[in-house]
Amino acid sequence: MISTLLLTTTLLVVTILLGIPLGVYMHRVYAGERFWASRLLGPVERLTYRLIGTSPEREMDWKRYALAILLFNLAGGLFLYILLLLQGHLPFNPMHFSGVAPGSAFNTAVSFITNTNWQDYSGGSTMSYLSQMLGITVQNFLSAATGIVILLPIIRAFVRHNTKNLGNFWVDMTRTVLYVLIPLSVIFSLILMQQGVVQTLSGAIHADMVAPFTSGGKTILQQVIHIGPVASQESIMMLGNNGGGFFNMNDAQPFENPTGLTNFLETMVMILIPVGLVFLFGQMTKAKKTAWAILVSMLILFIPLTLVSQHFELAGNPIFHQLGVTQANHAALAGGGNMEGVEDRIGAGASALFATVATATSTGAANNAYDSLIPLSGGINLFLMQLGEVVFGGVGSGLASFLAFMIFAVFLGGLMVGRTPEFLGKKIGAFEIKMVSLSILVMPLLVLIGTAIAATTVAGRAGVFNPGAHGFSEMLYAVTSPANNNGSAFGGLSNDTRFYNLLTGMCMLFGRFWVYLPLLALAGALAEKKKTPAGSGTLATHTPIFIGLTVGVILLVGALNFFPALALGPIAEQLAPVSHVMTH
Amino acid sequence: MNKPLENASRPNAQDGDHQGVRAAVMGDLKSTLLLFLLLVVITGLIYPLTMTGVGQLLFPHQANGSLIKEHGRVVGSALIGQYFREPEYFWSRPSATSPMPYNAAGSSASNLGPNNPVLAQHVAARVKALKAADPAEKGPVPVDLVTSSASGLDPDISIAAARYQIPRIAKAGGINPTVLQQLVQKNTHYPLLGYIGEPVVNVLKLNLALHARYAQKHPEANPVTH
Repeated sequence: MISTLLLTTTLLVVTILLGIPLGVYMHRVYAGERFWASRLLGPVERLTYRLIGTSPEREMDWKRYALAILLFNLAGGLFLYILLLLQGHLPFNPMHFSGVAPGSAFNTAVSFITNTNWQDYSGGSTMSYLSQMLGITVQNFLSAATGIVILLPIIRAFVRHNTKNLGNFWVDMTRTVLYVLIPLSVIFSLILMQQGVVQTLSGAIHADMVAPFTSGGKTILQQVIHIGPVASQESIMMLGNNGGGFFNMNDAQPFENPTGLTNFLETMVMILIPVGLVFLFGQMTKAKKTAWAILVSMLILFIPLTLVSQHFELAGNPIFHQLGVTQANHAALAGGGNMEGVEDRIGAGASALFATVATATSTGAANNAYDSLIPLSGGINLFLMQLGEVVFGGVGSGLASFLAFMIFAVFLGGLMVGRTPEFLGKKIGAFEIKMVSLSILVMPLLVLIGTAIAATTVAGRAGVFNPGAHGFSEMLYAVTSPANNNGSAFGGLSNDTRFYNLLTGMCMLFGRFWVYLPLLALAGALAEKKKTPAGSGTLATHTPIFIGLTVGVILLVGALNFFPALALGPIAEQLAPVSHVMTH
Repeated sequence: MNKPLENASRPNAQDGDHQGVRAAVMGDLKSTLLLFLLLVVITGLIYPLTMTGVGQLLFPHQANGSLIKEHGRVVGSALIGQYFREPEYFWSRPSATSPMPYNAAGSSASNLGPNNPVLAQHVAARVKALKAADPAEKGPVPVDLVTSSASGLDPDISIAAARYQIPRIAKAGGINPTVLQQLVQKNTHYPLLGYIGEPVVNVLKLNLALHARYAQKHPEANPVTH
C-alpha cells in the first residue's frame, strides 16, 4: 500500500505542477497574445483563418456558436461513418479488413464524436490503419477540442458583460488543436515510442516461436503479432480523454502501455488538461482562489474514493485465499492483490488508480479488466461516472459541468442566507437555474431509464456475461458509461448487438448535446448581464464552507439518484457471502 | 475585442432579413466544413505519418515492435508474452485470448467477475496443475501465476512467480537452481524510483536463455521440438 500511496501522491503533485503552467500557456493562446508559441505557429493559424474566411475579431452569439459546434460534429460523424463503411476499399489496410457493419459503424461514429469512445468492436482486428488515423485519431483530437470549445464561452460569460459575443468557434477550435493538443501529443508520442509503443504502417509480424504448442488439436508454430500506428493515436487518446484503444485490451495491451513509466504518464495525462483548464479558468476570470477551490473540491471527491478502490484491489479476492494462493503484496516480489485481469508490470494498486482516474475523467481507458475488479472498486468506477463526470471530468466538458454545480451551490447558499445569488459578479436568476437543472438532470434520467429498459427486456439481459448481481452491474455500467461520455466498460457484456448499439448510441448523443447546449444558453444569458461588484452579502466562492457546499451538492445529487441502483449491483455483490459463491 | 455580431464578409446578414440569415448560415456551414477538412488532413494524415517517420528514424527497434531475433529469424517480441507449457521452461501467466492462449492478434481478458464460480474453478484447476508438475513444492502459489492477465499477452511474471517455478525447472531441465536464480535476476526489470511500476521478470527472454542452454546440451534433441 505504501508504494501505491507514493504513486498516487506523485501523480497528483506532478499533474498540478504541470497544470499551472499549462493553464497560463492556454490563457495566452486564447487571448491571442503574441509570444513564442504564436511566433512559431502563427503562420499556420493565420493561413487557416484565411482559407476558411474568418478572423479572431469576428465573434458569435451563443446560438451561432452552438450551431457551429453541432454542424462541426455532424460533419465529423458522417465522415467517420462513411469511412468505416468503406475502409475495405481504401488504402493503408495491410491486414485487408472489410468494411465495418452499419450498426457498429453508427455506434462508433457517435461514440467518437461525443468523446465517449465506447467500443463495440475489437480495435486491432477490425479497423484498417486508415480508419485508425483518419477516423479514430482525427476524432480523438476534434471531440476533445469540442469539449474545450464548449467550456470557453461559458468562462467568457463570466468575464464579459453587456454583450452577446462569446468568441469565434472556428478560432477557438483552431487554437485548441494547433497550440494545445498537437504539441502535447507530439511530445507524448515521442516518450511512448522511446518506451516501446509501436508506430509503423507495416502489417502483422509472424514470429517463429522456439516452443511450439498444440491448441485445439492444431500445432501452433507461429505467433501473429498485430502492430500499427499506435503511439500517435495513444498519446491523443489519453490527453484528450478519449480512451478508445487501438487494440482490444486498450492500455493493458503491452504495445499501448509497455512499462511502469508509460503507465504512470498515461494516468497523469488523463488529468493534465482538465487540471490545466481549472487554472485557465482562474487566469481568465482573475478568480484564482475560486480556481483553487474547484481543484480542492475535485480532490476531496477523488482521493477517498481512489484509496478505497486501491485498498480492495490490494487486499485481493477473498475466495482465492481458500484455494492455496498467496496474494501478499511484497514490494520486492510484487504480483500481489486481485491479479485477475491485471498486468504484472502495472500491478493491482496502480491498476485501481488508473481505473478511478479513467472514470473520474471521461477517458474510459482501461489498463485492467474492469469486469474483474472487486465489486466495490467496480462500484467506485460507476459512482465516479454517475457524479456527472465533474471530478476532473472530460477535457472542457468536465469543468463546464462542475461550474453548473457551483452555480447551483451558489443558488442554494443564496436561498439559505436570503440574498440574491451571484457568482463571479453575475446575478443568478430563474433562467440560469433552469438551464443548470436541465444540464444536471438529463444524465440521471438517461442512466436510470436506460438501465431499466436493459434489465426488463430480453435483448438487454441477453448481453450479460457474469451471473447474479454482477450481471446487473454490467448493464448499469453499459448505460452509465455512454450517458456520461466515458466509454469504459465491464467488458464481459456483449454490446455489439442491435439493442445495445441503439441504446448506447442514443445515450451518448443525448448525454453530450442535451447536457451542454443548456450550458451554452446559460453562457449567452450571463454574458448579457452587467457585472455587479461583490458586496458584503456576496457569498465568497473560495472558502472552505463553499467548497463543502459544492461537494455536498455534487454528492447529494449523485447519491440520491444512483444509490438504489448501486445497492442492487456492486453493493449487493460486495456483501454476498463467500460461502454462497463457492458452491461448486 | 467585442465587435458586433455580423459577419463582415456577408453584409446581407441582418436581423429580420430572412435571405440574410440564410446566407449567414450557409456561410457558417462553409467555414465549418472547410475547417473540418483542414483539421482532418492535419490530425489524421500529417500528424500520424510524421510521427511514423520520426519513430522509424529515432526509435526503429521500439517502433517496429521490440522484436527479438535469433539466427536472423524473428522469434517474438520482448513486450508480448508467449505460451510455454513444457516443465523445463518458465510458465507465463494464464491467458484468456482465443482461439489459443497468447494470441497476439487479439488481446483479451477473461472478464470473469470476482465472485463468478467459474473464476474460482479456473484458479483451483491452475493451482492443481502447478502442484502436479512439482509435487515437492508445498508453499502457496503466487496469485499472478493462476490468474489471467488483462491483455492475455502479459510478457512478465512476478519475481515470486519465477522463484516458485525454479525447483520444477531445475529438475526437468537438469539445471542447477543457483544458475536459474541468476538467470531470473538477470532478466528482472526493476521499476523507476522503486515504485513507478512493479518489478517483473520477462518470461520470453528468460526462456530464450534456457533454450540456448538446452540446445548446447543436446544439440540433436531439442526438448520442445520432439
